[in-house]
Amino acid sequence: MEFFRIRRDINFMKYAAIFNAISLLVFLLAVFFLISRGLHLGVEFTGGTVMELGYGKAADLGQVRAVLEKLGMPDATVQSFGTAQNVLIRLPARAGVSGEKMTEDVFAALTVADPSVRKLRVDFVGSQVGKELVENGAIALLMVSVLIVLYLWVRFEWKFGLAAIIANLHDVVIILGFFAFFQWEFSLPVLAAVLAVLGYSVNESVVVFDRIRENVRKMRKALLPDIINNAITRTMSRTIITHGCTQLMVLAILWRGGEPLFYFALALTIGILFGIYSSVLVASPLLIYFRVSREDLIKPERPKQEAVV
Amino acid sequence: MNRYPLWLYAVIAVVLAVGFLYSVPNLFPESPAIQVSSGKAAHKVDDALKERVQGTLKSSGIAVEEAILDATGLKLRFADTETQIKAKDLVQTTLGEDYTVALNLLSSAPRWMGAIGARPMYLGLDLRGGVHFLLQVDMKGALTKSLDGLASTIRSALRGEEGARAASVSREGQELVLRFKEVPNRERALPIVEKTAGDLLWQRREAGAEYLLVGTLRPEAEKRTRDFAIQQNLATLRKRVNELGVAEPIVQQAGLDRIVVQLPGVQDTARAKDIIGRTATLEFRMVEAHASDPNARDYDPAKIAAALQGNIPFGMELHYGPSRGGEREPLLLSKQVIITGDRLTDASPSFDSQSGEPIVRVTLDGVGSRLMTSTTREAVKRRMAVLLIEKGKPEVITAPVIQSELGGTFQITGRMDTREANDLALLLRAGALAAPMEFVEERTVGPSLGKENIERGFRAMWIGFTLVAVFMILYYSMFGVISVAALGFNLMLLVALLSMLQATLTLPGIAAIALTLGMAIDANVLINERIREELRQGITPQLAISAGYDRAWATILDSNITTLIAGVALFLFGSGPVRGFAVVHCLGILTSMFSAVAVSRAIVNLTFGRRKKVDRLPIGNVDWHKRGPVAA
Repeated sequence: MEFFRIRRDINFMKYAAIFNAISLLVFLLAVFFLISRGLHLGVEFTGGTVMELGYGKAADLGQVRAVLEKLGMPDATVQSFGTAQNVLIRLPARAGVSGEKMTEDVFAALTVADPSVRKLRVDFVGSQVGKELVENGAIALLMVSVLIVLYLWVRFEWKFGLAAIIANLHDVVIILGFFAFFQWEFSLPVLAAVLAVLGYSVNESVVVFDRIRENVRKMRKALLPDIINNAITRTMSRTIITHGCTQLMVLAILWRGGEPLFYFALALTIGILFGIYSSVLVASPLLIYFRVSREDLIKPERPKQEAVV
Repeated sequence: MNRYPLWLYAVIAVVLAVGFLYSVPNLFPESPAIQVSSGKAAHKVDDALKERVQGTLKSSGIAVEEAILDATGLKLRFADTETQIKAKDLVQTTLGEDYTVALNLLSSAPRWMGAIGARPMYLGLDLRGGVHFLLQVDMKGALTKSLDGLASTIRSALRGEEGARAASVSREGQELVLRFKEVPNRERALPIVEKTAGDLLWQRREAGAEYLLVGTLRPEAEKRTRDFAIQQNLATLRKRVNELGVAEPIVQQAGLDRIVVQLPGVQDTARAKDIIGRTATLEFRMVEAHASDPNARDYDPAKIAAALQGNIPFGMELHYGPSRGGEREPLLLSKQVIITGDRLTDASPSFDSQSGEPIVRVTLDGVGSRLMTSTTREAVKRRMAVLLIEKGKPEVITAPVIQSELGGTFQITGRMDTREANDLALLLRAGALAAPMEFVEERTVGPSLGKENIERGFRAMWIGFTLVAVFMILYYSMFGVISVAALGFNLMLLVALLSMLQATLTLPGIAAIALTLGMAIDANVLINERIREELRQGITPQLAISAGYDRAWATILDSNITTLIAGVALFLFGSGPVRGFAVVHCLGILTSMFSAVAVSRAIVNLTFGRRKKVDRLPIGNVDWHKRGPVAA
């Protein structure tokens, strides 16, 4: 089997301007939604109310979830706690509604559904730790970006590092944009997914860059856009298959991983799709804008090469 | 060319065999167990206890699957949770308060596997449940403690001032009371007192022939003290939890004066509770009277006898010394504290150079050493008691005779065994609690959700794995089979590594396994694509294999290093579940490089490398280009 029977290099760079315009538009939209709607942060980031309820018999978690959903709190998490009779409900803090009011409403509604319910404990989760988590997440994002640029600088050239990181931060912002637009819950696993995507899509850029470097050495007469077109065309098969395989795994998580992993898988899906696009069609045109030259890549080996040629 | 030297095959075979051995324990289910341990050396967990417990269970008709006695206690494995809970209640009532009985999980893998360190992966709170504690901070205690501290500061500030000496400085309820014989002394003392204890609001009062200065905490200082108490307790708990070696613990504030401690995966509640709950504060106080050593000062059997009758002199407290041959020595201690555990900068277990007894070596900070020196200078041949206050119960660890002036470093001796010395040093080192705490809740997080999560996570992983495998085999035929085999070995090695390191596996961790497998296939795709490409150039199959692996290697290395960078940063700055994800991710990258390159190459070499002549490689269709021009 072979999906990609491409006989001629596809002239990707010819459409670079169009791709860049699309990227810029999507990116700006993402930034716009991030600012206007903000992220719907999970309880671990914001703090919130935790209720512990006791039932006379084994609690019907589905029923509790349904009641909460009816109250307009679909983001509340419900889990059994300790014994089957005990239920732990986490209610994220909400602007305008006090924690007390919220717990009262929830409790009243649950009593209607099942009169045997008792309030065992109502607690407020402090936001102290949440702040720390947000800070650490931001530091991690920054560190990853800086280290990747440094690595690519050493391995290739600073222009490559910069191009790759711009392309991939563009992915990250777009994922965040999706989460802001749809108001999906941004939890710790989602943060992990976002950072994993950052490392993962750089992968993609590296594969293309590797080919570009190889081509620069081989195709000594060719122009940069042709070199890039060839590199992209030749690695395309691998790109699609690799990402396809990763996506198969992610789809399995999305489909069968259950609620706790749903948004994690969703973030990865967006990240993988945009990762392919941005590594190929954002990072590479950036190389042209940065005016990467033959000398940038073969500088260290020049004396040796000249001696041979 | 496509042959590995024999030693390389041997290395790969050994790695895979070890991987198999260490990943296998995960296939054995965990079964419910109870764990019996004891906090005190007097109550030993030994064979006699094991017999006793087993006998009790047997007579009640509860079947024990396995009973293991090891350094941490007695563990009994049962067939199901119901039996486990029944057994726990029974054993707890039989043994009483002296022993702690906790619910636990024990792997049903053969014992010899555990003996070589082959244990199942360590599951996080979200997967297996764990311990959840809610602690209440005693704010009143924090306030009195801070007042006590201020009292001792004022005492030393006034000591040097001749004309401003107070007759007494004491805490009465939530007030600090300074008593003076004359008005001028009080007036001279006031500015000094206001300067040294600015957190207090001072008032003049007269009581009989005495002139008083009464200080109460300012509201903002009180709030600060409360905040400090909770922050200090959080910090101390974090340190203690870290010393427990728990992965991904959660220690956070809940409400105004409560602290939540969650220990994922910990089922050994007994020890956790012991270490966390020990609100150990250490106090050094002078012995005012004792009745055991005529050579030491303050030998006063009459006073002790009177005290035992309930006639305790003012400013003193009756305490009992460590047990010697079943008897505890009564001691009258001054209420005044020389220093508390806050002044400790270090505490480490050690052995006495002469007697060989376990001791704890203590180092004090500057203020602490000064106080200790000035107090002990005048107290040679007197006795000093080391008082450990746990859960509000004071216990004299030791009350040695002061042989000479003490400095900033000294040792605490007492009748300790090595473990007690270790625990004491740990508690002291981990810092004092600013305020006493009490468990208001202790719960084991229900494993129902955990089980569900594990099942879902692994089901998703197997579905994904199968999809990828089917695709790879269809697309790359024989080379696809080899890639899938490499991927399978990768999974095995990753699980083995996680089991060996006992890294905590969380739900995001399972997701990371799946994701890593999805990403690991990248290396094989790169290699297979490269081989196809080489074949298209018209190179012989053997050369194509070699060139394909060699050329793909640089790319694989580059791309894995960038992924690894992200993983490491994620580990360093992530917390909780993110960390669990990062660990799996990083390890997965390492195992995937090994299995995708070395293992798959070994299989390829074994399959094709030995053949004299290979006409075609079973790597799917590569001949389509012959019908037209090829990309450059």
